[in-house]
Amino acid sequence: MTAAAIASPSWRVRRRRRVADTIMAVLLTAATAIAIGLLLLILGYLIVNGLPALNLAFFTERPKPFGVEGGGVGPAIVGTLIVSAVAGIIAIPIGIAAAIFVTELRPGRWGAIVRFAAELIAGLPSIAVGVFVWSFLVRGLLGRYSAIAGAVALAVIMIPIVARTTEEVLRLVPGSLREAALALGAPRWRVVMRVVLPTARAGVATAAVLALARAAGETAPLLLTALGNLFFSTDLLRPIAALPLQIYQYAASPYDDWHAKAWGASLILVAVIALVSFALRAFAPRVSR
Amino acid sequence: MSAIQHTGRSRQSLDDSIERLRTDLRRLASLVDMAIDRSVASLARLDERAARQVIADDAAVNQLRYAIEQDAVHLIATQQPIASDLRFIIAVLAVVSELERIGDYCVGIGKIVLLHEGRPLLKPLIDIPRMATLVRQGLRASLDALITKNEFLARAIASQDDEIDRLYDQIYRELLTYMLNDTTTIDRATWLLWAAHNLERMGDRIQNICERAVYEVTGKVVEFSGMPPTSEDDRKAATDF
Amino acid sequence: MTMTAARPTTTTPQQEAAPEASLAAGPAIRTERLNAWYGTTHAVGDVTLEIPGRSVTAVIGPSGCGKSTLLRCLNRMHEITTGARVAGQVFLGNEDIYWQGTDAVEVRGRVGMVFQRPNPFPMMSVYENVAAGPRLRGWKRTRAEMDEMVERNLRRAALWDEVKDKLRRSGAALSGGQQQRLCIARALATDPAILLMDEPASALDPIATYKIEELVRELADELTIVIVTHNMQQASRVSARTAFMLAGEDGVGRLVEYGKTDELFTTPRDERTEAYITGRFG
Repeated sequence: MTAAAIASPSWRVRRRRRVADTIMAVLLTAATAIAIGLLLLILGYLIVNGLPALNLAFFTERPKPFGVEGGGVGPAIVGTLIVSAVAGIIAIPIGIAAAIFVTELRPGRWGAIVRFAAELIAGLPSIAVGVFVWSFLVRGLLGRYSAIAGAVALAVIMIPIVARTTEEVLRLVPGSLREAALALGAPRWRVVMRVVLPTARAGVATAAVLALARAAGETAPLLLTALGNLFFSTDLLRPIAALPLQIYQYAASPYDDWHAKAWGASLILVAVIALVSFALRAFAPRVSR
Repeated sequence: MSAIQHTGRSRQSLDDSIERLRTDLRRLASLVDMAIDRSVASLARLDERAARQVIADDAAVNQLRYAIEQDAVHLIATQQPIASDLRFIIAVLAVVSELERIGDYCVGIGKIVLLHEGRPLLKPLIDIPRMATLVRQGLRASLDALITKNEFLARAIASQDDEIDRLYDQIYRELLTYMLNDTTTIDRATWLLWAAHNLERMGDRIQNICERAVYEVTGKVVEFSGMPPTSEDDRKAATDF
Repeated sequence: MTMTAARPTTTTPQQEAAPEASLAAGPAIRTERLNAWYGTTHAVGDVTLEIPGRSVTAVIGPSGCGKSTLLRCLNRMHEITTGARVAGQVFLGNEDIYWQGTDAVEVRGRVGMVFQRPNPFPMMSVYENVAAGPRLRGWKRTRAEMDEMVERNLRRAALWDEVKDKLRRSGAALSGGQQQRLCIARALATDPAILLMDEPASALDPIATYKIEELVRELADELTIVIVTHNMQQASRVSARTAFMLAGEDGVGRLVEYGKTDELFTTPRDERTEAYITGRFG
C-alpha cells in the first residue's frame, strides 16, 4: 500500500467543494450575527432606556400613584427576594430528593416514570402552572391571593430544573465511590448522604442557583397567585409585589413615566440574573471537580 | 505488503530458546558419547596419541556445558518460565553437569593409557569394552527419555544399571585374582580397575539423568539406587506418579 | 530397592509465612456450589472451594472467567448491580451469608474490599478517609480513639510515615500507590477478618506494586486475604494457594484447578492450567 496510490480529485470537484464551504461559512456567520445582534439589541435597549430611571429612590421607595412624580420598585425587589427564597425552600429539597430517588434508589421503571414526569412539568407553560395554583390555593385552600401561592407556583417550575440538573450531577459521581462506601458496610442512606451528595455538592449548588435564577424571572404564574402589591409586605398570606409583576404593570400602562420605570425595573431584573449566572461560571470550574 | 509474518504462537521466543537448549544438549551428549568410545578404544589399543586427543577434546565438552548453563539462566531471567518449561530447564541444568562429569571420567581413562608408558596391557580387554557399550546405550536412551519426556523409558534404563554393576564386580574379582597370584601385576591391575570403576561411575551418572527425566515429567524427585528392582518396587514404581 | 523420596524439603517463603491454614475452626471462607448471574448471563458456575484463614489465596484466569464476580459474591457486593443474582452458599466461618435472614450490610462490614482503581473519597481528607468506615457504620468514637485508630490503620497499611504530616490533605492528593494503600487502610479500619482485593496493583507502577505485595504478605499474618489478579507472577509471589478459573464454551466461569501455589506453578495437574500459566493460551 503506497501513499501515492490516493488519487487527487479533479479540478472541478475541488472548485465545487470550495464554493460549498464558502457558502456554508457565510450562512453560519450570518445566523450567528443575527443571534448576537438580537442579544446586543435587547441589552442595548435595556441599558439605554433603563439607566436613566435608576436612582436611589427607585430602589428604596414604593410606587406612587399615577400623577405623582417619583417612587420606586422597592417592594417589588423585596417581594421577588421573598418569593424566590420561599420557592427555593420548597423546591430544592423536593428536587434533590427526586434526583436521589431516580439515581440512587434506582427502582428501574419507577425511575423512568419520575424522570418523565419531571420533563412534563418542566414543559408546562408557566401560565398553566399559574392557573393550577390559582385554582388550588387561591380559589381553593387559602382563599386569597398570597405570596405563598406565588412561591408554590414558582416551586412547581423550579422542581423539575433542580431535579434534572441534580440527577445529572449525581450520575457524574463515579460508581466506584458508591462501591467503596458500600463495601465498608455502610447502609444505603448513609452512602447517599455522607458520600454521594457531599461529592456532588458543587453541582447541586449550581442546580439550585440555576433554578432560582429561572424562577425569579417568571411572570405569568405570579399574575394569578401573588397578584402584586404596592406596599412593602412580608406577610406570606397576603399578596406581594414582584419585579416581573411590577414591570408588567408599568409596561402595560399608558403612561410614559411608567414605561421608563418598566425599563428600569427590567434592567434591575436582568442585571441580577446576569450577575448570578456570571458568579456561577466564575466559581463553577473550581467547585465542580 | 507487510513483510512481517505472524505465526500466532504466543511464546515463540520461549519455544525457540527451549528448542535450542534441546539441540545443544543433544550435541553435548554426542560429544560425551564419542569420548567414551574413543577413550575405551585408546585403552584397548594402548594408543597414546588417541588418549591425548580425548584429553584435549574435553575442553570442548566443558565449554559447551557452560554455554548451555548460561543460556538456561538467561532464559529464566528473561522469560520467567514456569511449570513444564521450568522443569525442563532445571532438568537440563542438572543433566549438563552429569554429562560433564562423564566427560571427566573419559579423561581419566585417557590418563590411564598414559600411565602405562608403553608397557603392555595386563590382559586383552573384554569386559571393559562391554561395559562401555552398555554405558553408551544407556546414555543415548536416557537423553532420549529426557527430551521426549518418556518417563517409562527413564525408569526402564535406570533398572538396567545393575548389569553394568555386575560387569564391574566381575572385572574386580578377576583383577583381584591376578593381583593375588602375581604381585608384579598389581600396578597394571589397579589401573584397569580404575578404568572399570570410571565406567561404573558413568553408569551412576546415567541413573541420575534418568531421575531428572522423571522429574521433568512428574515434578517429583525420585532416587534410583543400583539394586535390582523387586516386584514390590516395580509395583511401587508403576503407581507412584 | 527402588525408593522414592518425598518432595524436596526446601521450604518456599510462602510456605513459611502461612503454615497450611489455621483450619482449627474450619476454613475462613467456604463456597458451596456458588453460581452467579448478571441478568440472564451466567457468569460463575458451581464453584466449590475452601479458603484457609490467615493466608493469601489468589484467583487467576483470563478476562471474563468470572474471577471478579466470584470475589464480589464473597461479601455480597455482587447483588448491588441491577439484575444480579446469586445461588448457592457462601460460609464465612460457620455462617451462610446468603441465608434468608442475613443482613448484607452487616456482612460487608465484616469483610474489607480493595478495588482495582484506587478510590479514596475525594472530598475527604486522608484522616477522614480512614475514619470513613467506622463513621459510615455509625460507630461512635471519641476524638482520641479516632486518632489512635487512624494512626494504627495507616501504620498497618505501611502509609503512616508518608502521610503523617498530610492527614488533613485531600485523599486524592496522594500518588497512585499511596492512594491504594490509603484504600487498604480504610478497609482495615473496620477490623475485618477477611480482606478481598480485586487486582489491587494493576493500575500501579512496578515499585508501588511490590510495596502492595509486601504489604499483603505482612497482613496475611492476621487476616485472610483473597486476591484476584491477572498477573501470574504476582499470584505466585504473594499467595499460598491459587485457584484457576476459566470460562467454558458456554461462557460460564468455572473452577478448573485449586491447590498450593508452588505446586500449581511447577506441576499443574490440568493441561488447561498449564496452557494458561505458560502463556500458550488460545
